[in-house]
Amino acid sequence: MSRTLPRIILWIGVALLGALSLATIAFRRGESISAMWLVLAALCSYAVGYRFYSKFVAAKLLALDGMRATPAERLDNGRDFVPTNKWVVFGHHFAAIAGPGPLVGPVLAAQFGYLPGTIWIVVGAVFAGCVQDFVILLFSVRRDGKSLTEMAREEIGRVGGAVAFFAVMAIIVILLGAVALIVVNALKGSPWGTFTIAATIPIAILMGVYLRHLRPGKVLETSALGFVLVLLAIFGGQWVSQSAYAGWFTFSAPVLAIAIIVYGFSASALPVWLLLAPRDYLSTFVKLGTISILAIGIVALRPSLHMPALTRFVDGSGPVFAGSIFPFAFITIACGAVSGFHSLISSGTTPKLILRETETRMVGYGAMAAESFVAIMAMIAACVLEPGVYFAINAPAGVVGATPAAAAQTISSWGFGVTSDQMAMLAKHVGEQTLFNRTGGAPAFAVGMAHIFSGSLGGTALMAIWYHFAIMFEALFILTVLDAGTRVGRFMLQDGLGHVWKPIGRTSWYPSIVATSAIVVSMWGYFLWAGIKDPLGGINTMWPLFGISNQLLATVALCVATTIVVKSGRIKYVFVTLMPLCWLVAVTFTASYHKVFNPNPRIGFLSHAAQLTASGKGGDTARLIFNDRLDAGVTIVLVVLVVMVLAESLMEWARVLSGKKQARVTEAPFVRSKFAGEEV
Amino acid sequence: MRERLNRNAREGFSRLMETLREIFDEGAYARFLRSRGLANSRNAYALYLRESNAMRERRPRCC
Repeated sequence: MSRTLPRIILWIGVALLGALSLATIAFRRGESISAMWLVLAALCSYAVGYRFYSKFVAAKLLALDGMRATPAERLDNGRDFVPTNKWVVFGHHFAAIAGPGPLVGPVLAAQFGYLPGTIWIVVGAVFAGCVQDFVILLFSVRRDGKSLTEMAREEIGRVGGAVAFFAVMAIIVILLGAVALIVVNALKGSPWGTFTIAATIPIAILMGVYLRHLRPGKVLETSALGFVLVLLAIFGGQWVSQSAYAGWFTFSAPVLAIAIIVYGFSASALPVWLLLAPRDYLSTFVKLGTISILAIGIVALRPSLHMPALTRFVDGSGPVFAGSIFPFAFITIACGAVSGFHSLISSGTTPKLILRETETRMVGYGAMAAESFVAIMAMIAACVLEPGVYFAINAPAGVVGATPAAAAQTISSWGFGVTSDQMAMLAKHVGEQTLFNRTGGAPAFAVGMAHIFSGSLGGTALMAIWYHFAIMFEALFILTVLDAGTRVGRFMLQDGLGHVWKPIGRTSWYPSIVATSAIVVSMWGYFLWAGIKDPLGGINTMWPLFGISNQLLATVALCVATTIVVKSGRIKYVFVTLMPLCWLVAVTFTASYHKVFNPNPRIGFLSHAAQLTASGKGGDTARLIFNDRLDAGVTIVLVVLVVMVLAESLMEWARVLSGKKQARVTEAPFVRSKFAGEEV
Repeated sequence: MRERLNRNAREGFSRLMETLREIFDEGAYARFLRSRGLANSRNAYALYLRESNAMRERRPRCC
C-alpha cells in the first residue's frame, strides 16, 4: 500500500501532464508555442502507452512467459543466436530500425501544420507501430527467429509467403529510389555538401583498411576516427565551396543521379569489409550521436514553433505534395508512426538475441517509441522555421515558379510571408547558393536543425556548419540504406532467380553478383531518374509511393500477427492487432485509389498522364506519360498482392472460427529456461 | 550516498560501453575469438569477417 499510492499518484501526474500538453498543442491557435509541449505530449504518451497498454498486450494477448527458453538460449551458437543483455539488444534494435524515414516524413507532413502529424506520430506509434514491432518480435522469438515471409507462409499460406516476398522487394526498390532522390535534391548545386558526402567514400574505405590491417577488431576506435575525418571533411567542404575548386563539386541533379547509381552498383559488388561495413559503422556512430545531440538541444533550448497548428493545405492543395490529410498525412509520416520495414528487423537479427521472452516488450515496443520520438524531433525542426521559409525550401519550381521573385510572390500570396532577399540571406548563412525548391525534406530539416542550434551555439556564424553537419548526417544515413538495400535486394533476386536457373542463385558467383546488382540498381535507378525529371519535383510522386508500399508491408505484418492471434484462441483480444490492421487497410487502399484514379492531375497518376497526352507537347512528354502509367501499375500490383494476403487471412480466420480447421500455431515446443529464476 | 552514485555511474557507463561494443560488433568478434581459442590478429579478424559477412550482407537497414 505504501509503495502503491505514490506510483498511482505518479502515473496520474504523467497522464495529466500528457493530456495538458496534447490539449495545448491541439487548441492553441494564432500564436507560436514552445516545442516543449510537443516533447512533453510525446514522452508522456509513450510512458503511459508503455506502462499500461504494452503491459496489457504482454499479459492478455501474448501471455509472455519468462520461464520459456528463447531461441538465443536454446540455439546459442555464439554467432547469430546469442543470449544478450536487454539494454544491448534495445540499442542494437534501435540502431537497426532508425533510418532517414522518420526524419523526412514528418518534415514533409508539416505542410498541414504541426498538429495532424504530431497527433498521428504519437497515437500511431502507441497503438500501431509499437504494437506491430512488439508482436512480430515475440512471434518470431516463439518460432526460432523465423522471418516475416516464413511466418506468413506457415501461418497464412503459400500466397501470403509469396506476396510478402514481392512486397519486400517492391518496398526496397521504391524506398531506394525515393531516398536517392532526397540526396540528389539536397546536393544539387551545393559544392560544400557534395564534397563532404564524396569524402565519406574514401573515409569509409580508409576505415575498412585500417580496421582490417592496422587495428583488427577495434571498430569503436575506427568509427570515432572516421567521425573526426568526417568533421574535417565538413570544414574542408566549406573551404572548397569558397575556392576556385567549387566548380569541381557543383553538379546538376542528373549528374548526381548518375553518380549515385554508379555508387550503388559499386557498393553492391565490392567486398563488404571495404565499403559497406565501415560505412555502416560510421553511419551508426553519427546517427546515435546526432539524435542524442538533437534531443538535448531541443530540451535545453526549447525553440518556438512558427508553423501554425493547421495550414490552409489540409484541403489537399499543398505545394510540397498534393493530397488531403486523410489519407496522405498518414502515408507521408510512415516510419515515424508505423513502419512495415520494422517487421523485417523484428523477425531478423533481434529475435535471435533476446534472452527472455518478457524482454520483447522493452525491445519491440520501447525501441519503436524511441523512433517515434525521433519523428517528433523532425517535426519540431521543420516547424521552428517561418512557414514562408519552409514552403520556399520544400515547394517545387513547377508549383511556385522558377525564379526567386516568382516563388516568393506565390508563397506570400498564400499568407506565408517570405521575400527573395530573406531567402538569399538565409542561403548565405548556411553556405548555399540558393534554398529555393530544395524539395525532399532533408534541406528543410537541416535548416531547422541549424536554426535550433545557432540560437545558442555560435549564432549565425556557425549556422553553415550545423546545416552541413545535418546534410552530411542525413546523406550518410541514406547512402548506408542504399548500400545495404541494394545488397539485400540482390540476394533476394539471386534466391528467387535461383529457382529458375540454379547458377544465378550462387551468391559467390561473380557474373551472378554483377547481373543481379545491375538489375536491382536499374530498378531503383529508374525511379530516381523519373523523380529528377518530374516537373513537380519527384517527391510528390516518390514519397507517397514509398509510404504506400511501406504501410502495405505493415498491413501484411499485421495480417500475420492477427492470424496467429486468431489461431492461438485469444480472439477476445484480437482488436489489438485487428484495429491497426483495419486502419492501415483504410489508409493505404484510399491513398492508392487517389494516387491512381484521382481526377486532380497533381494527385492521380492516370489523370496526370491524360493531361500530358492532351497537352500534346513533345520532348519528355512521352516518357513522363509512361512513368505515370508505370507508377499507377506498381501501385495497383501492390494493392492486389495485399488484397490476396488479406483474402487468404480472412479465409483462414473463418475456417478456424467456424471449427472447420483445428486452431494450431507453429510455435517451437516449450523448453524451460535456465534463466527463469534469475533476476531480470 | 556519493559512493552509491559513483557505483551507479560506473555501472551505467559500463552498460553503455557494452551496448556500443555490441552495436559495433566488437562483442561478436570477442565471442568469435573465445569460441575459436584465437588471439586478436589480422588473420583472426579476416577469418571472422569471412564468417560474419554472409550474415551482415543480408541484414537490411531500415528506412
